[in-house]
Amino acid sequence: MSTDTLPAKEAAAPAAPSPGGRNTLRHKRRRNALRTLAFMSPWLIGFGVFFAYPLVSTLYFSFMKYDGLNPPEWRGVGNWTYVFTEFPQFWPALRNTLWLGVVMVACRVLFGLGVGMLITKIKTGAGVFRTLFYLPYLAPPVAATLAFVFLLNPGTGPVNSLLEAVGVPAPSWFNDADWSKPALTVLAVWGVGDLMVIFMAALLDVPKEQYEAAELDGASPWQRFRFITLPNISPIVLFAVVTGVIGAMQYYTQPIVAAKVASGKMGGSGEVFVPGYPDDSTLTLPQLVYNLGFSQFNYGAACVVALVLFAFSMAFTALLMRRRGGLIGSGD
Amino acid sequence: MTTATAPDPARLAASPAEKKARRRSLLHWIAVHSLGIAAALFFVLPFVFVLLTSLMSDQQALTRDLTPNSWHWDNYVRVLETPGFLTWWKNSLLYAGLGTVLVVVSSIPVAYALAKFRFRGRHLSLLLVISMMMLPPQVVIIPMYLFWAKQMDLSGTLWPLIIPMVFGDAFAIFLLRQFLLTIPNEYVEAARIDGCGEFRTLIRVVLPMAKPGIAAVALFQFFYCWNDYFGPQIYASENPGAWTLSYGLESFKGAHHTDWNLTMAATVLVMAPVILVFFFAQKAFVEGVTLTGVKG
Repeated sequence: MSTDTLPAKEAAAPAAPSPGGRNTLRHKRRRNALRTLAFMSPWLIGFGVFFAYPLVSTLYFSFMKYDGLNPPEWRGVGNWTYVFTEFPQFWPALRNTLWLGVVMVACRVLFGLGVGMLITKIKTGAGVFRTLFYLPYLAPPVAATLAFVFLLNPGTGPVNSLLEAVGVPAPSWFNDADWSKPALTVLAVWGVGDLMVIFMAALLDVPKEQYEAAELDGASPWQRFRFITLPNISPIVLFAVVTGVIGAMQYYTQPIVAAKVASGKMGGSGEVFVPGYPDDSTLTLPQLVYNLGFSQFNYGAACVVALVLFAFSMAFTALLMRRRGGLIGSGD
Repeated sequence: MTTATAPDPARLAASPAEKKARRRSLLHWIAVHSLGIAAALFFVLPFVFVLLTSLMSDQQALTRDLTPNSWHWDNYVRVLETPGFLTWWKNSLLYAGLGTVLVVVSSIPVAYALAKFRFRGRHLSLLLVISMMMLPPQVVIIPMYLFWAKQMDLSGTLWPLIIPMVFGDAFAIFLLRQFLLTIPNEYVEAARIDGCGEFRTLIRVVLPMAKPGIAAVALFQFFYCWNDYFGPQIYASENPGAWTLSYGLESFKGAHHTDWNLTMAATVLVMAPVILVFFFAQKAFVEGVTLTGVKG
């Protein structure tokens, strides 16, 4: 228990015979409150200016007709009904997000767990393996996406060359609406280093005695995994799933860069970039905010999508924080 | 592995059961390391192909060849000589360097207060920090853009991305707070009893112990800025002189439609600093990842 701010501590210390005892106590409390305020001040300002105010403002604009030039005009729920019933890209984007939140997250968690278990078993050169496995996580997203559009390109890409050499029919990956999300999943699985490290730490924390006891009882490797490893690391698995889903909802850079590069239309002079290429298959909610706001200058509708995104993110964040001892932990 | 290498005298007199156990552990070793090598290939080959393609001639980059016939190191010179490329480098360094310093300095006191002070609203503050951390930047981008572009007239620059870092960053605050929790309170209390003010306690006692945590935060922030695509896209897209590498790289591909060799060389040049920094600071980095996920 750290603390000079706890009033109970002062109250429990009767050996303070100074005449103005209560006064100095109040004085001290006020000084402590001011001190806390001073230390917290950068964030308090940041919270107000970059979180609370723009959030309220987003809510306000979601009921307004506003293009950035003419003054905002009240539109009621018009933007909301437009986004949900007329805007053709909303539901495809939501479906893609759902796909990514289920398939991509599942692949990343399973693969991350597998690689994490593998690395705890490797005896020779463990450090080298760990570094190699971790490295792709660091590749800047734009660079990594460019690299994968090249690696997976149907014309000259090395991956399809290898696939065809062994007689496997090669898909068109980023140029095929059915394969663009799997291609993005391959890219995401490649960068699984963050999960690997987290799982590795969790696996090393499982008490050794439990394995030894199970071995004495003649438990098979699968039984050891099922009844000892999994229950011990399940909080971390849950953490990985929930943060993965939150990440899937924010998924922005990789799909937009992949669509631009694969379509060959960068949105530069004279070319019109078609977001979601091919066939809306790489659209995500954050991209809609950008398209509506900064290509169509329909700020009102963009704010509606932003609020949908906000609601989803907060719902999953709440899920994360409800768990005791998880993300937040106790500070005491 | 010891069973396979150590010339153990007992081995000569090993019972069949022991022999069997030894062979099993050797087989296990081989299986695990084969899997490890297979996984390593999956993680490393993309880098290798990118590197090899970046060294091909313009003609060869259009073929399905995997390795260059002749090694064209001058591709890298050609990329660096592309108008704008060095400016993007400079902008990326400015954004990432300044951003890192500002975020570290402004987040430390907040994280310290959240980890070591007791005050009403501490738990709520922490919940709000985490909410901010989980908030997609697109949620508040419309009002933020209107503010920076219309009121402050700063669009076409990177300042709308740098200035907010004076006020801390939720992720940095959270990560630092997690780290500061691992420093025993006794140190802080001892400093207080010795008559240190809070500020001096923080500077003299806590910060020296928090170096690994600060290093992790600095690295994450540097990489975040270096990799940021959305921010420069919103605020700097109209002015190529303010682009960062991450944003410029995409347009580089646009300008060199079919030259995969040059595009891959540019990709290598964007990845290289991050990989280099990682090799120098690997430990701090891995610690940071673990800290955000597991410890409480």
